[in-house]
Amino acid sequence: MAGRVEGKVAFITGAARGQGRSHALRLAEEGADIIAVDLCGPVPGLQYSHATEDDLQETVRQVEALDRRIVARTADVRDRDAMKAAIDEGVAELGHLDIVVGNAGICILAPWDEVTPEVWDETISINLTGIWNTVQLTAPHLIAAGGGSIILTSSAAGLKGLPFLTPYVASKFGVTGLAKAFAHELAKHRIRVNSLHPTGVDTAMGEMGGEYPRLLAGNERLAGMLTDSLPIDVTEPRDQSNAVLFLASEEARYVTAMAMTVDAGNTQY
Amino acid sequence: MGRVEGKVAFITGAARGQGRSHAIRLAQEGADIIAIDLCEGLPENNYPPATEEDLAETVRQVEALDRRIVARKADVRDFDQVKSAVDAGVAELGRLDIVSANAGIAGSFNRAEDIPDDEWVNMQEINLSGVWRTCKAAIPHIRAGGRGGSMILTSSDAGLFAFPNIAHYVAAKHGVVGLMRTLALELAPDMIRVNSVHPTVVDTPMVNNEATFKLFRPDIEHPTADDFKEAAQGINALPIPWVDAVDISNAVLWLASDEARYVTGVALPVDAGANVK
Repeated sequence: MAGRVEGKVAFITGAARGQGRSHALRLAEEGADIIAVDLCGPVPGLQYSHATEDDLQETVRQVEALDRRIVARTADVRDRDAMKAAIDEGVAELGHLDIVVGNAGICILAPWDEVTPEVWDETISINLTGIWNTVQLTAPHLIAAGGGSIILTSSAAGLKGLPFLTPYVASKFGVTGLAKAFAHELAKHRIRVNSLHPTGVDTAMGEMGGEYPRLLAGNERLAGMLTDSLPIDVTEPRDQSNAVLFLASEEARYVTAMAMTVDAGNTQY
Repeated sequence: MGRVEGKVAFITGAARGQGRSHAIRLAQEGADIIAIDLCEGLPENNYPPATEEDLAETVRQVEALDRRIVARKADVRDFDQVKSAVDAGVAELGRLDIVSANAGIAGSFNRAEDIPDDEWVNMQEINLSGVWRTCKAAIPHIRAGGRGGSMILTSSDAGLFAFPNIAHYVAAKHGVVGLMRTLALELAPDMIRVNSVHPTVVDTPMVNNEATFKLFRPDIEHPTADDFKEAAQGINALPIPWVDAVDISNAVLWLASDEARYVTGVALPVDAGANVK
């Protein structure tokens, strides 16, 4: 049986591990070839371990184990030249581009008065400008292919103002807006653009969860904002990937400009 | 292995159109079906009604997929009819996992102040209260299974924003969103997910008729399907006039499946981007 994205090519940022790797594998399982980029390096102030080149190589290994092709490059979503080179080389090798997953992002927890200008700039430039770079640089290839699907990873924090995350919330609301604006401008090319809004996902980013007790002390009234209504602790990367797969596939051929929450009800609570 | 293999789905308005399409799509992926439809005409509708023959055709097509189906003529305005149909279906098929509350009418087209009282009331009875009765009859069965479940309520783009001359429809479809969100919260502890789908124009008998052509093209005395096509395309962002029933079914399938196990409270537009215009 043909896979649900058989023969398509997907470009994924932040693909060394976590959700990005999971997206690469889920799409590859259903027949897609992959172009993968990741920073694979440190980001100042990060409260969890950063992805490495070894991680990206592991993504390559796992995609190849599914008998799909993958072109992987170390590239920073803030670096347009590096991004353009990775995208263009990937498309040259794999032939076309159909799916884009703007997934790369960072999250640094801090109460509003402890956020430094450096953390603000870094978060906005990776999470928001990086997404803009991703879409603007890939869209010409989708237009050339006659259409496609772009999925931008926002967050529950792109729909509600979760506490202790001011730069993250600002960046993710920005992504929500970008998805809607791009959806409109790219519609005439049959390119669909949707945003994905996860609640907590079991990835390395979750290592910083230990910060919450300190932050919630004195802010107890805000704890409920972090609650999911379904009785679960965390979602798996694959839950997010299943939404990416649906949005990427022809099954969603008329779904665009949508904010898809995979959040166990968090944003409704 | 199908994506909803071994599950049972209850679908209202299943004689034709989107409801039949949902039944077939879910059956293709391994589900058994409990189907109801009014199978009768209503004076305010400007299109031919679904018939018992239509419902029998849904049965035939589901059975051709080697799935079981329990189909009954039932009216979503009557809780006892809905309950007795779903009870009988569960008794025969053994369980309930999925609900597609799809039954709805278009009604006649008037400015809000000109809508006849009885038509306003009937619209709410079918398009809003009917959805609530469907959920009310189904919830005890899903809960009894202890496995959680997925309920998909059919709203509309008219449940997200307004269209003139169908205030009763817009109000009912907005109401479905409120019901969906409340049920999503109330049923979350039981791992029962509740989401809504919001189609743009779908190519079904409810829409593909001269009354709809006139609603969209009041500037033309006898508008044709082609005149409607032009206006319908104007609603959507993607360069298409309408979507097919299967496009809605694919969204229903995804929400029904375990792939969406942590998706609840979502209003999912299948609307070619009409919602951003």
